[in-house]
Amino acid sequence: MATKKTIPELEKIANEMRQDIVKMLEHAKSGHSAGPMGLSDVFAALYFDVLKHDPKKPDWDERDLLVLSAGHNAPVQYVAMAHSGYFPKKELMTLRKFGSRLQGHPERTKLPGLETTTGPLGEGLSQAAGMAYALTMDEDHHRWVYCVTGDGELNEGNIWEAAMFAGKYKLYNLTVIVDRNNIQIDGNTEEVMPLEDLRAKWEAFGWHVIEIDGNNIEAVIDAGAMSRAIDEKPVAILAHTVPGKGVDFMEFDFHWHGAQPDSKQAKVALKQLRSLNGKISGEHE
Amino acid sequence: MSNPALYLNPKLYEKDIEMDTNRGGFGRGLAEAARRNDRVVGLAADLTDSTKMSIFAEEFPDRFIQVGIAEQNLATVASGMAAMGKIPFIASYAAFSPGRNWEQIKTTVALNDQPVKIMGAHAGLYTGMDGATHQMLEDFAIMRVMPNMVVIAPADAIEAEKVALAMAEDSRPNYVRLTREPLATITTDKTPFKLERAYVYSPGKDLTIVATGAMTYFALQAAESLYKDGIDAEVIHMPVIKPMDTITLLHSAEKTGAVMTVEEHQIAGGLGGAVAEFLSEHHPTPLRRIGVRDRYGESGEPSELLEHHGLTPKNIQLQAHNFFHELGRQ
Repeated sequence: MATKKTIPELEKIANEMRQDIVKMLEHAKSGHSAGPMGLSDVFAALYFDVLKHDPKKPDWDERDLLVLSAGHNAPVQYVAMAHSGYFPKKELMTLRKFGSRLQGHPERTKLPGLETTTGPLGEGLSQAAGMAYALTMDEDHHRWVYCVTGDGELNEGNIWEAAMFAGKYKLYNLTVIVDRNNIQIDGNTEEVMPLEDLRAKWEAFGWHVIEIDGNNIEAVIDAGAMSRAIDEKPVAILAHTVPGKGVDFMEFDFHWHGAQPDSKQAKVALKQLRSLNGKISGEHE
Repeated sequence: MSNPALYLNPKLYEKDIEMDTNRGGFGRGLAEAARRNDRVVGLAADLTDSTKMSIFAEEFPDRFIQVGIAEQNLATVASGMAAMGKIPFIASYAAFSPGRNWEQIKTTVALNDQPVKIMGAHAGLYTGMDGATHQMLEDFAIMRVMPNMVVIAPADAIEAEKVALAMAEDSRPNYVRLTREPLATITTDKTPFKLERAYVYSPGKDLTIVATGAMTYFALQAAESLYKDGIDAEVIHMPVIKPMDTITLLHSAEKTGAVMTVEEHQIAGGLGGAVAEFLSEHHPTPLRRIGVRDRYGESGEPSELLEHHGLTPKNIQLQAHNFFHELGRQ
């Protein structure tokens, strides 16, 4: 397990992760930008604070489990894994390339450290629920299962089947982090298929709901800790994030959901991320 | 005549042959698998009794998980449990699982390579009165095309019991097709069963009939009649459609030079399709497929439906007879 880092250190890591995401996507000429950029703070918090894990022992039988249900956000998980030591950072540039372990959507059988295979939306939460259920069967009360979903992904019926299941069995050891960035491929989530009242929906299914600013690393860490303190119920963290966070022309624009920067755009994006560096880490001090 | 080395039921060709459901046999096998291995768990989607997962659920209530009417969740929760070292058996009707949750199975079970065991009950025309919506006739086709998946259709209750035990020991994702109605018990406890093996239940030299699931009994009856007709047909029981035992098939095709397939499934993509693919590539052989001919079922007694779709010993005999003579073999 990595040593605990300070919030400014984590903010710096999240910023570097964003820069790597821009480079990877530009190099791959394929992949999703907005989600991974928006989720960088959540993933920096997860891999460097919240999760109990050991990058040198991906099969460690005391590790917490993380399922990225919105598999198209794979770049942010790969970047977090590389930065925490699962594999060399230079491998990030193989994203989506033939023969790479970094598939377009995460595949367990390809890369050690991935718990499962996801991509087609709506299937990660139920897998995470199955893992959490199995842990309760084995009376293993120390390990935790985290699942990161998109918000557009909540259109899928399979999500609500899983929500009902986790509510019924009071899977206290399951925490879902919903990336509430309000965009999906075809547009704004509330135009494509309204999700609100989202808090009420999760609560109606028997979940405890925590709402946070998902771009505030301290808030993510606090919510992660709080989710472990909630008994008897699974926890849904509604993490409000800015899609494309850190790059002005990507932020809040749904067109960047499934797009990637060309070399010119990448240059501008990297310049913005680098120059914002000091400012971001200063904001939360 | 049945192959003496395989210890088939001595009453095979008698009218009072024992009848039992293969779902019942599978249910007993699952309970036995659970006694042998505490990693075996069972998940059901509100059809616990009719899929006969109830036998397991009553004995192992702590290892039984009710997921409600949610087949997508059924498959994916099981995948998560398999990731934690469990061997999950998931029970529903074949029309819904794998009918509804095919993509979940593909991604989270087959591609993800987790040993989830899918029980597709009430498959085929034997589902009868419920009608076309519930008569799964496409399961072999949709499951056979999935890399990593093993596709199995036991002929009777005793074989189904062995299938359950074999599935619990197999590290791959498996699909087993089960039937609602009682079927003739054609095997005995001593009849061998191994995943990936096909068996020559009745040796012959003139024509090969390859059958699976409930149709193997009909094929054996047809072969018996054909023998009296002067045609010495060989019957291969092919309980594992994928991966197929192509060696047994090839030996038989080389010997007889004519192959016929019989299945209670769409004529496209199932057993007949698999046999055709293999033979046309490796040993082109005249072939005749018997199955449901690109149509849906309907409500009715299973016997009426089987008759209507030509899935009777008599029609198999007739088709084999015509096929044999069309080939100018006599």
